[in-house]
Amino acid sequence: MKQLMLGNQAVARGLYEAGCSVVSSYPGTPSTEVTEEAAKYDEMYCEWAPNEKVAMEVAFGACLAGKRSFCGMKHVGLNVAADPLFTVSYTGVNAGMVIVVADDAGMHSSQNEQDSRHHAIASKIPMLEPSDSAEARAFTMRAFELSEQFDTPVILKMCTRVAHSQSIVETGERITPPEKPYEKNIAKYVMMPGNAKRRHPLVEQRTRDLIAFAENCEFNRIEMGDTALGIITSSTCYQYAKEVFGDNACILKLGMINPLPEKLIRDFAAKVEKLVVIEELDPIIENHCKQLGLTVTGKDVLPMEDEFSQNLIAEKLGVAVPESKKLEETMPPRPPVMCAGCPHRGLFYTLAKNKCTVLGDIGCYTLGAVAPLNAMEMTLCMGASISSIHGFNKALGKQSEGKTVAVIGDSTFMHSGMTGLANIAYNQSNSTVIILDNSITGMTGHQQNPTTGYNIKGDPAGKIDLEALCRAMGFDRVRVVDPYDLKAVDTAVKEELAVDAPSVIISRRPCALLKYVKHNAPLKVDTDACRGCRSCMKLGCPAISMKDGKAVIDNTLCVGCGVCQQLCAFDALKS
Amino acid sequence: MTKNVMIVGVGGQGSLLASKLLGHLLLEQGYDVKVSEVHGMSQRGGSVVTYVRFGDAVYSPIIDKGEADYIVSFEKLEAARWMEYLKPGGRVIVNTQEIDPMPVITGAAQYPADLVEKMRGLDAQVDDMDALALAVEAGSAKAVNLVLIGRLSRYFKDIPEQAWQDAITACVPPKFLELNRKAFALGRAE
Repeated sequence: MKQLMLGNQAVARGLYEAGCSVVSSYPGTPSTEVTEEAAKYDEMYCEWAPNEKVAMEVAFGACLAGKRSFCGMKHVGLNVAADPLFTVSYTGVNAGMVIVVADDAGMHSSQNEQDSRHHAIASKIPMLEPSDSAEARAFTMRAFELSEQFDTPVILKMCTRVAHSQSIVETGERITPPEKPYEKNIAKYVMMPGNAKRRHPLVEQRTRDLIAFAENCEFNRIEMGDTALGIITSSTCYQYAKEVFGDNACILKLGMINPLPEKLIRDFAAKVEKLVVIEELDPIIENHCKQLGLTVTGKDVLPMEDEFSQNLIAEKLGVAVPESKKLEETMPPRPPVMCAGCPHRGLFYTLAKNKCTVLGDIGCYTLGAVAPLNAMEMTLCMGASISSIHGFNKALGKQSEGKTVAVIGDSTFMHSGMTGLANIAYNQSNSTVIILDNSITGMTGHQQNPTTGYNIKGDPAGKIDLEALCRAMGFDRVRVVDPYDLKAVDTAVKEELAVDAPSVIISRRPCALLKYVKHNAPLKVDTDACRGCRSCMKLGCPAISMKDGKAVIDNTLCVGCGVCQQLCAFDALKS
Repeated sequence: MTKNVMIVGVGGQGSLLASKLLGHLLLEQGYDVKVSEVHGMSQRGGSVVTYVRFGDAVYSPIIDKGEADYIVSFEKLEAARWMEYLKPGGRVIVNTQEIDPMPVITGAAQYPADLVEKMRGLDAQVDDMDALALAVEAGSAKAVNLVLIGRLSRYFKDIPEQAWQDAITACVPPKFLELNRKAFALGRAE
């Protein structure tokens, strides 16, 4: 059946059709929907793991046991899973194992723009790269076969524009994969030095075999056109190149990005007058061509940063772009903001008011760094808030302890905050950690996590008690506050900063966008009482603006959380 | 010949349903279709854009400057922001609702004045409409998406109204069907 599918949905379909049995992932834009969609097929066991390293090890365990398995993550998640990745390359697999990594060139929702192809090269694991949804499905299915044929996990690399674009997919039936009963094999699966030394040459031989495979495989194809120009490209850049050049160039489209073929590229180069490599981010194909001694245009004209588009490629390669006109007006930007009713807002308001130094983390609450709150001074990676506050306080001692806090969400805390907290408990710094517990993984679009009490299908599951966990780690001071209650938050922050002991504040209220959260009616402004003092504007709530010197509430946005009412000295905001 | 529709607005306004509906409709009409969406952080009240492209063979999933045949905007400033993407002579369907972005809320910037007139000055056909009022008339402020889609449907002369109705049935939960049909009809008639 023909249907429109997101790239990520097509990967999930590929998992289903390939007979995959076990799926374990951690959400991360733009990879999340693969696992969300996979969970809609009852034939596959699917779960959200606490982090990507756990997810990859779960997938490895399942493939070891003889079932086709999968784990999915965003580019930075692959860094977290890099430890198992590099060694699962040595052990190889039993049943097929496929890993999705989704890069985010353009950083639509990421903290860096790293190129995951480096991980495939460094770990010596084959990588496939689809350019649309039909390929996403087909490559996923073939990836399992390659995994079993070459005894290796296979990485499928997505990017935002393939993952989050819908295109037409023709679906098929689910197959029953070959039986792969588990067999004890210490030499293959116990990676201690003696065994690993014997596995490494097999990895090198596998790479040579895969290069030979890449020369003739169906993933790499040549589309002949005008031989004046030859383009080597892959992924979404292939689509942009076709859009710009159509048949006015020859294209070598690479679907297998690691290892890269040699003869195929040389033969293609020999057919064309000028060779151009079009790839986003790092010059990996380009450098490969240069190693082969080929003269090639690439990053000398195309940028290393941001995502590409048809116009960018046209412009950089000397093709006319469509005429367009823009307004001369200066447009105020519209950056993302915390939603109206967001439980994080009251907390960040309080931290800003108390002039705290806030070391932050990854999630919706990173928006605490933007105006008018400007209440976050550091964000690095998952879990870094807690580890960093320990270092910050060890470096500055009394100078920082009484005014510095770490803030981290519930899901991020389970992902990699716990180990940092263990360090504070063990190596004893006087640090104040605030867990923003909104009872969901918010930024990626509401995924359950180990603290929510529900699994990926929304069924009841194990629930980790954050208070008990922190106490068990040795924190005597653990308290819970409602971030809608500004006075209670202020008291908690002041007291825990003042005390000479490490402490945890759990700021707890479910995300305002959760379906089960009941909202109050929008507030109304009593325009006679409003003095236009702008106190309510300090919250940075998108539902409040000023018109003609008076506060105005947008009743399509306001959820009646009442936080602004607590700031109004004139009782002008009415329930 | 590939046709391009951009759907722009503020994260959370419901543009994903609009693109889902268009994608479904155009696929049923036998076109090659690509729809590109934005998920993640930008959805949190930021400027969002969805690209819908259809034709015999569509390659790029995105629409670039000077390529959009239609810009459907859920908010006035967002229509103005993306004008550079409109083809000369292209059409803009804009909900005249104003949602202040944070720099305007904080007083760091002004919401620009007379945007509809300024857009008209750019070789563009501009349908400005109070889609929010029509959505409220249909029964919910959340139905702005169907009001705008209704308006857009007038310009797709080759696609019968029944096909739009079928797409609505396929994409909207049954409980909201009546509301959305009403919003579509109001947008189409306006």
